[in-house]
Amino acid sequence: MSETITQARREENNPATAAPGVQQMSMQQALNRALDEILAEDPKTVIFGEDCGRLGGVFRITDGLQAKHGEQRVFDTPLAESGILGMSVGLAMAGFHPIPEVQFDGFAYPAINQIVCQIARMNYRSRGTLPMPITLRVPSFGGIRAPEHHGESLEALFAHVPGLKVVSPSTPHDAYHLLKYAATRPDPVIFMEPKSRYWQKGPVDVTNALPGTAVHDADADNGGSLTGARVAREGRHITLVAWGAMVARCLQVADLAAEDGIDVEVLDLRWLKPIDAAALARSVGKTRRAVVVHEAPLTSGLGAEVAQLITQSCFSTLKAPVERVTGFDVPYPSGDLEDEYIPNIDRILFGIQRVLEYRRG
Amino acid sequence: MTTNPVPAVVEDDAAPLTHPQLRELYNLMAAVRHLDTSAVAWQRQGIIPGYAPELGQEAAQVGSGYAVDRTRDFVFPTYREMGVARAMGLDMVGYMSTHKATWHGGMYNPLESRFAPIQAVVAGSVLHAVGWAHGQTLAGHAAGEMGVAMTYFGDGASSQGDVHEAMNFAAVMKSPVVFFIQNNGWAISVPTERQVAGGSVAARAAGYGIPSLQVDGNDVVAVYEATRSAFAHCRAGNGPVVIEAMTYRRGPHSTADDPGRYRTLEEERLDAGEDPLTRFRQRLLEEGVADEAFFAEAQRLAEEEEEAVRAGIADLGPRPGSEMFSLVFQEPTPALQSQATAWREESEHV
Ligand SMILES: Cc1ncc(C[n+]2csc(CCOP(=O)(O)OP(=O)(O)O)c2C)c(N)n1
Repeated sequence: MSETITQARREENNPATAAPGVQQMSMQQALNRALDEILAEDPKTVIFGEDCGRLGGVFRITDGLQAKHGEQRVFDTPLAESGILGMSVGLAMAGFHPIPEVQFDGFAYPAINQIVCQIARMNYRSRGTLPMPITLRVPSFGGIRAPEHHGESLEALFAHVPGLKVVSPSTPHDAYHLLKYAATRPDPVIFMEPKSRYWQKGPVDVTNALPGTAVHDADADNGGSLTGARVAREGRHITLVAWGAMVARCLQVADLAAEDGIDVEVLDLRWLKPIDAAALARSVGKTRRAVVVHEAPLTSGLGAEVAQLITQSCFSTLKAPVERVTGFDVPYPSGDLEDEYIPNIDRILFGIQRVLEYRRG
Repeated sequence: MTTNPVPAVVEDDAAPLTHPQLRELYNLMAAVRHLDTSAVAWQRQGIIPGYAPELGQEAAQVGSGYAVDRTRDFVFPTYREMGVARAMGLDMVGYMSTHKATWHGGMYNPLESRFAPIQAVVAGSVLHAVGWAHGQTLAGHAAGEMGVAMTYFGDGASSQGDVHEAMNFAAVMKSPVVFFIQNNGWAISVPTERQVAGGSVAARAAGYGIPSLQVDGNDVVAVYEATRSAFAHCRAGNGPVVIEAMTYRRGPHSTADDPGRYRTLEEERLDAGEDPLTRFRQRLLEEGVADEAFFAEAQRLAEEEEEAVRAGIADLGPRPGSEMFSLVFQEPTPALQSQATAWREESEHV
């Protein structure tokens, strides 16, 4: 069976759909609204990148923001990623809160020097006197049959760099709240938007980041649970750990597995750095089995990090080694092979099967 | 060395330097020369592990740094701007702490000193200057009130893509940035003619529509005046300026370098031209601005200062290891905090 992300229409996450303040919107709309509000709330915020002014970005995430907030706050830069990120450093030094955009994940590479050697280190280098409150928005991952370099999974690369934080939303609700949260942090955050999910609608509770709690309780101001993972579906038999676009796919898998009596828990990691180790321990402590699912290549991917964190907290109770279902160690293939590369439902089900059938030798 | 002065496109009507200012410039150059040569000696004596000397570049550094208004401008240095730091009045123990290997970037406060952390990636902070300068534009200062960013880099660094992106950005956005190139003839072992295509770094500015000038980088007054007029141009809202100060790096690139492998002492002597310090001293004598007693006093002050800095860095001591963990983020991650805890427990039990 071959499964594409565009078929993944199931709407995960259901924060009190009936509650007032809950609206159906796509992730693109949720991100756009978040940016609009950030600009309105924080006069020091500036949004810039290639084509994000008049055009509103190739994915329309910044649509209408220049018209509303002016060319000083939302502007087009020349086409140069290192320039965009290097400029962010100086703006942050001058007291601004830059929200730069790299148009596609693969084009973050030309800016790696500025991201890794400059943005990530400036707070340290300056002994805390030059914080870098930069939120770098990166349309990320595959699934849209884009040309080469327009679909990459850079999370392990960024998460490995001291001084950077990395987050990826999987729902419109989280996209809205995580972006607003990230943009108010004093440290650099790489915000990885799953581009295959931009047009999927879902409920967004704009008044309440954490359904069931008040938005502005002390915890939320300290980050609250917006800083951690989210249980996207509760289950008893096995935990699927995923982030970004893979969360929706894992929820599909969970539905299918349920037909065979397998009760799957889906943990949406959200933060790829820092990883919510406690949530992993809680979930796998309960299910005693885990599969990590990611689009990035297997070798040295974040799956290894997650598996180690699980091993550390759940070694004595684990029923089987943690499995990984991932992309392969190949350059991201072109559209026709994409479905072979991105973990599909069958491969994830096989992963679950391997864990369930594991016997100690 | 051949210097082709390109007529300055930027004019300002500031008054010429007064005699006390000229004497101050000399005092700064003398202090920088003595501290610089001493730092090389400190390295030989094992007081510091390494240093990037600027022997011969005192005029370029002091002249440009002297033009900075510390109440509103901001300087983005490389690893070789000790003279600029000194001219801007930085805490020199804090500055030298980088070379002592106490802390990357130095131990001074960049926001107060208006001097960004020392940068080891060549051309690494050229774009930062553009971003900072664009912030000045966004802040909406009245023309003539704007702060100016000055970014320093070498002829070698000018080969980096970031320099070209920075010049293009600054020109498109009309950012108040002075690109100050110290062309000291060499990028470690590679001479400028094997490094810079297009004739000169200043010549490239034309391609971006940025006014540029080459200045005799061994003439402190010429450098000061060029920088001052570039600042005036930027402050008035006219966008960036490129200054290429033609100078010469006498001696090694760093204390780890052996220039004998790429040039002879004779070549060095011929190419270096006249020592900028001797030359300025001669001028002050001829114009009756200073006398031998003044120079003797300048030297005494420089020696006194060097002793204080040497004592200061000797007293620095190692930083507490906990800073390694606590200064990564404003909001540390749980993983980092637990690494810090483990480190503390394990290092206490050694
Ligand atoms: C990106 C980068 N590549 C290489 C180096 C190693 N390196 C340090 S200084 C230098 C030469 C720089 O020459 P130039 O820009 O002319 O400045 P100068 O040292 O002569 O002042 C090199 C190759 C570096 N620091 N950064």
